[in-house]
Amino acid sequence: MAKKKTLKNDDIDEKKRLELYNSQYLIRVAEQRAYDLFLENLVKGTSHLSLGQEAIAAGFATAMQENDKSFCTYRGHAHTLARGASVVGVLGELMQRDCGLMRGKGGSMHLTDTSKGVMGSYAIIGAHLPMAVGSAWRAQYMGHDDVATVFFGDGTTNIGAFHEALNYAVVYKLPVVFVCENNNYMEYTPIESITAVKNPAADRASAYGLDSIIIDGNDADEVYRTAQVAYSKARSGEGPSLIECKTYRQSGHSRADPGAYRPDGELDHWKKNNDPITRYRSRLIEFGVKQKIIDGIEENVKRVVDEATEEAKSSPVPPEEILTTNVYANGGWAWRN
Amino acid sequence: MAQLTYREAVAAGIAQEMERDETVAFIGEDVARAGGVFKATVGLFDKFGPKRVIDTPISEQAILGAAMGAAMTGMRPIAEIMFSDFLAVCWDFVANEMSKSRYMSDGQLKCPLVVRTGNGGGSRFGAQHSQSIENWAMAIPGIKVVAPSTPADVKGLLAASVRDEDPVIFFEHKSLYAIKGEVPEGEHVDTLGTAKVVRPGKDATIVALALMVPRAIQAADKLMTDHGIDVEVVDIRTLVPLDMKTISSSVAKTGRLFTVEENPRLCGWGAEIVSIVVDELFWDLDGPAVRITTPHIPLPAADNLEDITIPSVDRIYSKILDVLR
Ligand SMILES: Cc1ncc(C[n+]2csc(CCOP(=O)(O)OP(=O)(O)O)c2C)c(N)n1
Ligand SMILES: [Mg+2]
Repeated sequence: MAKKKTLKNDDIDEKKRLELYNSQYLIRVAEQRAYDLFLENLVKGTSHLSLGQEAIAAGFATAMQENDKSFCTYRGHAHTLARGASVVGVLGELMQRDCGLMRGKGGSMHLTDTSKGVMGSYAIIGAHLPMAVGSAWRAQYMGHDDVATVFFGDGTTNIGAFHEALNYAVVYKLPVVFVCENNNYMEYTPIESITAVKNPAADRASAYGLDSIIIDGNDADEVYRTAQVAYSKARSGEGPSLIECKTYRQSGHSRADPGAYRPDGELDHWKKNNDPITRYRSRLIEFGVKQKIIDGIEENVKRVVDEATEEAKSSPVPPEEILTTNVYANGGWAWRN
Repeated sequence: MAQLTYREAVAAGIAQEMERDETVAFIGEDVARAGGVFKATVGLFDKFGPKRVIDTPISEQAILGAAMGAAMTGMRPIAEIMFSDFLAVCWDFVANEMSKSRYMSDGQLKCPLVVRTGNGGGSRFGAQHSQSIENWAMAIPGIKVVAPSTPADVKGLLAASVRDEDPVIFFEHKSLYAIKGEVPEGEHVDTLGTAKVVRPGKDATIVALALMVPRAIQAADKLMTDHGIDVEVVDIRTLVPLDMKTISSSVAKTGRLFTVEENPRLCGWGAEIVSIVVDELFWDLDGPAVRITTPHIPLPAADNLEDITIPSVDRIYSKILDVLR
């Protein structure tokens, strides 16, 4: 049999590529598991999955350094996992168990793990963009070398906080990276039907003196390279970047959404032709990575998620005494004597 | 009479007013083609088309600001703010603008508009999607505050809100959207500023609002069955204008007052009612007036924690029993 021609490693070495794949695959399996748990009625409240958008979370997190900060939306499981938060902690929080990252007090929309630089997930659209700006201000002020990354959707570009945060960050040249995950929809409404410009983030960049950057958000390598450029710019005092990642959400907006508004064939098209995991798996093979290594990564991820699922399932619900803890800094909730 | 769900009553109320009055139009996020995230406005887009039922960007300040500008210049817009928690991002328009323009212009400006919003807990959505904020609104002079507990009241009070000359914040309870009830056929218009005795009784008065009304009724029924305590339940329905006549005549009859509020403890609407009763009916009271509220904490997401946070039938029942014994 003729030897298969493989590509040489480029600027991204094999170790990094495997890291990128591992991260994407972990998000994929964990999100699918979150969906299954929801069908088993074990995920209470709501939940917003990143199926189809894994490459963005993986690409940015892989390019971050340990002290970097992430600010996420309610669609934040992916970004939290990508920073290395425990899978039990994430699934446990979705299931509102005591083992959850926030012991069930926050729920799926507010995943937080400050030990991993995940400074919270926010469910009021726009709120966390100025917060990321503030984190960057602190870094600049105190001479720290961390960068803040804020992830948000296409729909978020239409709220005032987006515009205020960008202008502010540029004025003070702050080390913050704004990442717009353009998945084509603001909940159930196609983004182009309610936005003045075609590219909701990139076409606004020039208004704030920023480069217009549009990338293929389903290509983890492209995301990773773009992130590296933005982080080195931020760390060298050159200020913020705004990056629009084109992607597609393969799940409903939230758990209750069957996606009836999608045109026929759209979802299938993306799943078949532009799935980040499938694409990356073929790329690994193209670059000569052995099937056995890929299988090994996948098996390991599945085992980790299976074990985490069992652990979360057997974790108790949060004890009632934590209801009134951590309202104030003294740990309690008292407001009168 | 027709059987409608609370959410169907929302659409029915809006449709009734849009059919009657060309100047009524409806804007909000995902409200038109998708029929709203709570499916409370399904069918309106098909019936009235894109000129009158409009999907907006995520731009709450623009939504309320535009509704206000249209109202000032001759329309009667209905604007949806999906979750009442999000009112915080456009509160300027509620607290500083629509509530004050009539006063500051000495009556030259008017703002006949309705802001509809999904309020309240029970959905395990956590601290930023579950709050009951009707007391925030009640604190601002110049706006009216409505919070219905039944499908009939939804339709009738929504119609009254659209026809009102003042801005109205209309709080729909998310945990009530699925309930069914009788709604009068044909045109149905209720009256703002009227409370309702929804369960007559003679031993004590519970004043409740929205989701707390069915819970108060259940607790009252149980107190009757178990202990022969006969509790009257008053559904306030509109916090502003407040129907103190109905509340006071109930308290004068029973001599005891309990409020059941979903708000966190401090500055809940019950505090205002208790203070009025203490002021005006002190000598009619046979014992302390007691507030049953959510503790003064943000709402937790976990179901077991949320369930012990918001007043439940059991908590209302035991508290009243404790106090009356
Ligand atoms: C201030 C505010 N308005 C509305 C909402 C309701 N809401 C939640 S997600 C969402 C759509 C967001 O779309 P996008 O920014 O594209 O993010 P995606 O969900 O696609 O990741 C809306 C309108 C909210 N959470 N906060
Ligand atoms: Mg989107």
